[in-house]
Amino acid sequence: MAKHDKANTHESVMPRTKKGLVGRRTLLRAGALAAGMAGIGAGIARASDPIGLDSPEWMKTPGRGFSGYGMPAKSQEKVQRAFTPLPGRPGTGASRTPLHLLEGTITPNGLHFERHHNGIPDIDAARHELAIHGLVKRPLAFSVETLMRYPMETRIHFVECAGNSGSFNQAQPQQTSAGGLNGLLSCSEWTGVRLATLLEEAEVSREGKWVIAEGADSAAMSRSVPIEKCMDDAMIALYQNGEAIRPEQGYPMRLLLPGYEGNINVKWLRRLKVMTEPINARDETSHYTELMPNGKARQYMFLQEVKSAIVKPSLGMTMKGPGFYEISGLAWSGSGRVTKVEVSTNGGSSWTAAALTPPVLSKALTRFRLAWQWDGSPATLMSRATDEKGAVQPTRASWISQYSPVQFYHFNGIQGWRVEADGTVKHVYV
Amino acid sequence: MSTFKFGVLLIAALFISSASYAQQHPNLGRPLTPEEISKLDITVAPDGSGLPPGSGSVSQGAKVYTDKCQSCHGPKGQGGPQDQLTGGVGTIASAKPVKTPVSYWPTATTIFDYVRRAMPLQSPESLTNDEVYAVTAYLLSVDAVIPQDAVLDAKSLPQVKMPNRDGFVRWWPVPKR
Repeated sequence: MAKHDKANTHESVMPRTKKGLVGRRTLLRAGALAAGMAGIGAGIARASDPIGLDSPEWMKTPGRGFSGYGMPAKSQEKVQRAFTPLPGRPGTGASRTPLHLLEGTITPNGLHFERHHNGIPDIDAARHELAIHGLVKRPLAFSVETLMRYPMETRIHFVECAGNSGSFNQAQPQQTSAGGLNGLLSCSEWTGVRLATLLEEAEVSREGKWVIAEGADSAAMSRSVPIEKCMDDAMIALYQNGEAIRPEQGYPMRLLLPGYEGNINVKWLRRLKVMTEPINARDETSHYTELMPNGKARQYMFLQEVKSAIVKPSLGMTMKGPGFYEISGLAWSGSGRVTKVEVSTNGGSSWTAAALTPPVLSKALTRFRLAWQWDGSPATLMSRATDEKGAVQPTRASWISQYSPVQFYHFNGIQGWRVEADGTVKHVYV
Repeated sequence: MSTFKFGVLLIAALFISSASYAQQHPNLGRPLTPEEISKLDITVAPDGSGLPPGSGSVSQGAKVYTDKCQSCHGPKGQGGPQDQLTGGVGTIASAKPVKTPVSYWPTATTIFDYVRRAMPLQSPESLTNDEVYAVTAYLLSVDAVIPQDAVLDAKSLPQVKMPNRDGFVRWWPVPKR
């Protein structure tokens, strides 16, 4: 049976529930149906000959040899980070993870989003140290080699730029892909040394309440971090998805503050100064502060709050006619685990709980999925996440009403995609 | 429990906890000397701690600005291809806020700290401390935050009253809703 016939076959055996959404239990019983979305996936080529008539040429000749560092399949070469170089400052700005072209929850290292303030430094790890000083009894320096001898932890966490989804403050919905809208977001397995271990060895004095972190890039990017976070789940990350952390992510080490806005996870970390108060660094005054309509701005608002986005289907994909589709997306919260993601296919009139693909981890991306029988009529898809603290994603309108019109940091409102009768997908505000 | 037994238990408890401390704490850090720290530490705090010796006037700063900053940030900090640095004072609570270092940043120490560590973009750390004081003074003079004859140093810089100095609400710890 040809692959693309599968959806039709399943359609006949799948009982429908309201609005064409297929119940979660039914879906689990029916087994793997992800193939149904293959038609709208990226970069998937279809053979003109039906499978099975003739062996393809790659079965009749030896395959190629080994390589030192493997590359993705040739057909995947369009799966790239998206970025626009800024004239006069090529190393300043951001590149986005193509969330709509990826599956699961772990971001491949070469596709982790980037935000740099003056380029990626080419650091000689042998000449790099992490200094801890200020309000400590024993100022200490740790070489990379030294840190490698420390007890390590491995945890999966997302990193999201505070400016992610910033275009949602615009009057009109930006017609771009799910990655274009939300791709300042990635998730990795990080391995490193607990920051608390190092601070304990330096013996932080009682007055030490803030830790000023500084990078070794040519912007010497600097941020103030509360001591409570440093002593909780903060990590000096040395590895990312099993290999040494990439230069774009802070080689040889970065500060990882799970659930906090990306910028404070200082890359190329070289110095931690313990102080009594935060310092109003440029990136915690000029940037990443929340301006409200009365002219006051919230400062030191670190949490990336509960959020979700559907990535399949999304703009750039075209539905291949009525029938079975899997709606899938990502949900996350800087406060802990995602406990629930509800999906609507009718612009919010009714909601159905999506299945959360295990493992559902704290401060990590969670994949949600829901089977959908599309009847071919226009539909507005939305997702709404809830986290373990009970926080629920707000509507875009309620988020916007809190802030000045220029404010765009920390957007976590509900997002929508309009599936048109012709199968195209448009970004809509809901 | 007798005092003796309690004492034995206490000693045992101390022994166990120090053993586990030693296990979790490799203690491999290299002690940093005061000289090393003073070379490394470029953090300037709002109270002025960390500001280096030196000084700079508005007129000296105007020259530094023209030579090193204007091509990116435009004359007097406006209209250049990169970020606007001056103006916007009084707009922050309006429907069209113009956020600049002068109109938005709460402390003048932030300008010094940022310029010294990160500017000019093509050659960070190339300005002398006197030049950083001077160019900070110049930027603040454009909107008359400080007078034209002002000289900034470690003592006067933290005392500059920024237009938006009361504009920020600390959101840590997160207020209970």
